[in-house]
Amino acid sequence: MAIKVSTSRKVFMTFNVIILVLLAVLCVFPFVNLLAISFSSRDAVIANRVTFWPVEFNLNSYRFILSNNQFIRSLWITVQRTFIGVPLNMLLIILTAYPLSKSKKEFRFRSFFSWFFVFTTLFHGGLVPTWMMVRNTGLLNSIWALILPSAVNVFNILVVMNYMRSLPKEMEEAALIDGAGPLQVLTKIILPVCKPTLATVALFSFVFHWNSWFDGMIYMQRVDLYPLQTYLQTMIINPEAFFRNATNTSAAVAQFVRLVDARTTGAAQLFLAILPIMCVYPFLQKYFAKGLVMGSVK
Amino acid sequence: MKRLYPVICFEIERTDNEMQQSQKKKPSYWSKDFKKELPFYLMLIPAFVLVLVYSYGPMVGIAMAFQDFRLADGIFGSNFNGLDNFRTLFSMPNFWPVIRNTLIIALGKMIGGIIVPVGFALLLNEIRHMGFKKSIQTMVYLPNFLSWVILASIFIDILSPSDGVVNHMLGMIGIEPIFFLGDTTWFPITMIFTEIWRMFGFGAIIYLAALTGIDPTLYEAAQIDGANRIKQTLHITFPGILSTVILMTVLSMSGVLDGGFDQIFNMYNPAVMETGDILDTLIFRFGFQGTPQWALSTAANLFRSVVSTIFVVTSYILADRLVGYRIF
Repeated sequence: MAIKVSTSRKVFMTFNVIILVLLAVLCVFPFVNLLAISFSSRDAVIANRVTFWPVEFNLNSYRFILSNNQFIRSLWITVQRTFIGVPLNMLLIILTAYPLSKSKKEFRFRSFFSWFFVFTTLFHGGLVPTWMMVRNTGLLNSIWALILPSAVNVFNILVVMNYMRSLPKEMEEAALIDGAGPLQVLTKIILPVCKPTLATVALFSFVFHWNSWFDGMIYMQRVDLYPLQTYLQTMIINPEAFFRNATNTSAAVAQFVRLVDARTTGAAQLFLAILPIMCVYPFLQKYFAKGLVMGSVK
Repeated sequence: MKRLYPVICFEIERTDNEMQQSQKKKPSYWSKDFKKELPFYLMLIPAFVLVLVYSYGPMVGIAMAFQDFRLADGIFGSNFNGLDNFRTLFSMPNFWPVIRNTLIIALGKMIGGIIVPVGFALLLNEIRHMGFKKSIQTMVYLPNFLSWVILASIFIDILSPSDGVVNHMLGMIGIEPIFFLGDTTWFPITMIFTEIWRMFGFGAIIYLAALTGIDPTLYEAAQIDGANRIKQTLHITFPGILSTVILMTVLSMSGVLDGGFDQIFNMYNPAVMETGDILDTLIFRFGFQGTPQWALSTAANLFRSVVSTIFVVTSYILADRLVGYRIF
């Protein structure tokens, strides 16, 4: 189809492209600046000479971080919680979404169980009661405190469930006639076609575990048990609390102040914490629109 | 939602009845269909138990809101004091200002959180070059996937009046440094803008999907009838995404008391408490900072939960009535 391009259209499109590029730059600029600071020298940063590019390029900040035991320890805790937490989240999402995607005829108590789960998104026990429950189940200071209380994400279950319900019924009927059990139907027929929604939800789950800091702050009572983001939170936003809580850091503190600037090392640590996410989400981007159908419109 | 609600009550009753029936050994659900549905129950057990313990379990702790709670006595040993905690809470000098701050920040985010993503989706939808479109999307999605710990650290740095790059740039065009995070007027505005900055790209996905869903033959027909671009936008594009916009507006209502804990907690400071303190940070401080005041924290939390629940349920009912949307 041939479209006649008018002058006003051309003007509009030029402005449109400029606006979009500016918006995109606005979104990535802070991270470019961060990266530049992390590779710059202490003096250049203090003199405010760093914007887009590193000034007096060096790797001192990264060298310092790699010698910083607490950063490595916290990173390891985050890696652990992610590697246990994400598969567990996914398993629970799949096992829960599938029965709930059934009709009332196929699964009699579907609506009872649906409401059982949905109710928890409408009403919460609250911060202190939840903390007490985690303490009473003996999870304080354990990595499971970062995994079990958040293991069931009802919103993600609903996303996957609604996706499963949108699939044509005939798909599994044929398998059922051939004598396949529900578990076989789920793994062989349903899951392979749920790829967009499972990829989206797995990304959310990964981002959740990688980014969580609040649970680490309230459930972990020693700094050496903090996951990465909690460590960053205390280290960068509230450094006094970090130094107050930490034991045996006086030598590290002295070294920290002498060798490198807090801004360059801070930037380097933040950048390392961002890196895994930056490496993952662009590859799953194509699934977002398809996989994100939250709820159904009649 | 409304229509589904009586169904659960009905089914809970039936569970009891049918348990009795199965004891009398009548042919019933439990002897026939139950066997066939057994795998479904088994699949649900792990999530059921976890939700029971970590979501329903804490609801017992709500009792603290009505108690003169003492840690030594626990929830089951502390004395109930009626609504005393709520009276104390509502008469605190900073409680109502905190509610006001929460509402202002939440409303600002709600309004901007609809307008900016819609506008961005409309602009992006005009782009036909797929590579360009995808690259822009990848870039604007980034902040959405990062934690407020990281974003706050970055903003504290770049918004600093002395050595922040933003004020440095403003200085070049002759604007005096602005203390974005240390000024009571600027703080809520900064919270609203930084949140919109974080979410607008990802928030546009749903509108982009709605725009792609518009039947292209409508535009062709309009062109044949001689409608120009502006007319096409007004009469085809807007009506095409209207139901999605209404839906998102209605659903965003449920966040009326959600000022954004992660963001504010990581950016506020003693200088901006007057306009920056929100309900969630207050609940946190009562519970975990200074002398623990768990009863007060739980009372404030219950107040927040009840108001939020009312708004969530209302928003779901409205969404069902207005555009036929159901969460499941």
